[in-house]
Amino acid sequence: MFLPESTIDSVPQYANVSASANDSAIVSSCKSSFPLLVSQPKLVYFDSAATTQKPQEVIDALQDFYETANANPHRGVYALSVSATNAYAAARETVAEFLGARNEEIVFVRNATEGINLVMHSWAQQHVKQGDTILLTEMEHHSNLVPWQVVAKEKGARLDFIPLTPEGLLDMNVARSLLMKKPVLLALTHVSNVLGSINPVKQLVQLAHTVGAKVLLDACQSVAHMPVNVQEFGVDFMVFSGHKIYGPTGSGVVYIKKELHAELVPFLFGGDMIQEVHWHDSSFAAMPYLLEAGTPPVAEAVGLARAIDFVRALGWDWIQTHEQELMITCLNGLRAMPQVKILGTTTPAMRSGLIAFNLGDMHAHDVASVLDDAGVCIRSGHHCCMPLHEKLGIAASCRVSFGVYNSREDIVAFLNALTKACEVFKLEQ
Amino acid sequence: MYQEMILDYYRNPRHFGELDSPDVQHREANPLCGDIIEVQMKVKNGAVNQACFQGKGCAISQAAVSMLMEHVQGKPVSEVHAFSKEQMLDLLGIPVSYARLKCALLGFKVMKMCTCKHLGRELGEGFA
Ligand SMILES: Cc1ncc(COP(=O)(O)O)c(C=O)c1O
Repeated sequence: MFLPESTIDSVPQYANVSASANDSAIVSSCKSSFPLLVSQPKLVYFDSAATTQKPQEVIDALQDFYETANANPHRGVYALSVSATNAYAAARETVAEFLGARNEEIVFVRNATEGINLVMHSWAQQHVKQGDTILLTEMEHHSNLVPWQVVAKEKGARLDFIPLTPEGLLDMNVARSLLMKKPVLLALTHVSNVLGSINPVKQLVQLAHTVGAKVLLDACQSVAHMPVNVQEFGVDFMVFSGHKIYGPTGSGVVYIKKELHAELVPFLFGGDMIQEVHWHDSSFAAMPYLLEAGTPPVAEAVGLARAIDFVRALGWDWIQTHEQELMITCLNGLRAMPQVKILGTTTPAMRSGLIAFNLGDMHAHDVASVLDDAGVCIRSGHHCCMPLHEKLGIAASCRVSFGVYNSREDIVAFLNALTKACEVFKLEQ
Repeated sequence: MYQEMILDYYRNPRHFGELDSPDVQHREANPLCGDIIEVQMKVKNGAVNQACFQGKGCAISQAAVSMLMEHVQGKPVSEVHAFSKEQMLDLLGIPVSYARLKCALLGFKVMKMCTCKHLGRELGEGFA
């Protein structure tokens, strides 16, 4: 699983990287839209996979909503409540269009974790039976593992896991044979938040559908970095967290394919999700309101929609080229350090802009502490993937992950800080 | 934080290992980082006769528990039980950032659980 030497084409070393003029102009203008990064110009923020920084326009959208349109949506007949209702509806339209979905297929939640729990309660609890199988992968985040453990225990179902190849990709041969066992559900991540691997979602969905399995896609690590179109993938359920795509915390999205709407039961009960209420029973609203009980996170949804506009304005071409370049530069810089062990595949095309690694015999926390002293923010720990780390035979790892605001200068600063860490820890250079 | 001494304790831990038939032992993990520490003690005439630890984790957590094991050797269990967080941090002798306090105090907490078990006491406030 560790990066073998000499598998990456030799690209110039980090010391003499020079950003293309065009790219660096866009990066600096892009960076200048992030107030936190402007006010802390020395900070190197390399933890976008955990949460991204927020552009001014998203912050403004939240403030603007509260200053001009705030009221409880769906509940008032007065004009202000209508403007809140409209803002919320417009946010849903933006999300739906971005994902290639219909408005009623989009449910707002707080985050991806809540989204997966929603699918668990609203669909899986009714459809998973004793003796059934739920198919996952060995690279799932705890959020896409623990809910399924609960369902499996409750229902007497079993969990199977698509294993990884030594390179850190899904083993598609085993995936095929596991799918032949006809699982009811395949729940998988689009991009691994540890290995960076990009999974062949379209192919897996086709295979899953031929055996009658439904597919839930966890798009947390892809939605800000590459196009995610629910129709193209053909997935049945999809979740992501708004805070990982430059949006506010408390904004999450669940997509549920229209064909499944008749099979859903509510997740939470109460106000807003009802049609008629009597003393002893009630009838429920249609999708998406069926799954949105209580006053929704309106400002957060509005902020998320603005974040999506921000991403669209930059465009996938630029975002993907920029982040691939950062990733390749960083991979090569890391590879030049003999003490670094990189996790995951070495084929840049199979990888997104995040890289996990370990430094010599040092624990990831120690490395992150030393980098922090140099103003470089990296993640350390198991990244909510304990079983995967166990499988790799390591307790923890360091992880860098990129956003649109990162530059090659950031990578140089990071690699210099890492070299410094080797000195502090007295690792052989 | 990473003075020579800390790295030395990390790479060459003192009192690392397992006791034959410990009188008391406790094991705990830090779910945030996956660090694990187990402490074992033998008690003779109310004093710590032997103390050792096993586990894996960052330099701070491993060095801290190793120093602690050295420190409690031969001391009365009641005195070890009264040992405070502040004393633990003094013993470690380096400034520990807020984010790393849990690492620095994991072994201390595990040892505290051992003395609690031995003395039949409850763990006091402030141990989340
Ligand atoms: C792949 C993946 N799935 C799920 C999550 C959970 O996201 P959240 O904590 O926002 O619910 C994350 C984020 O940490 C993730 O990386």
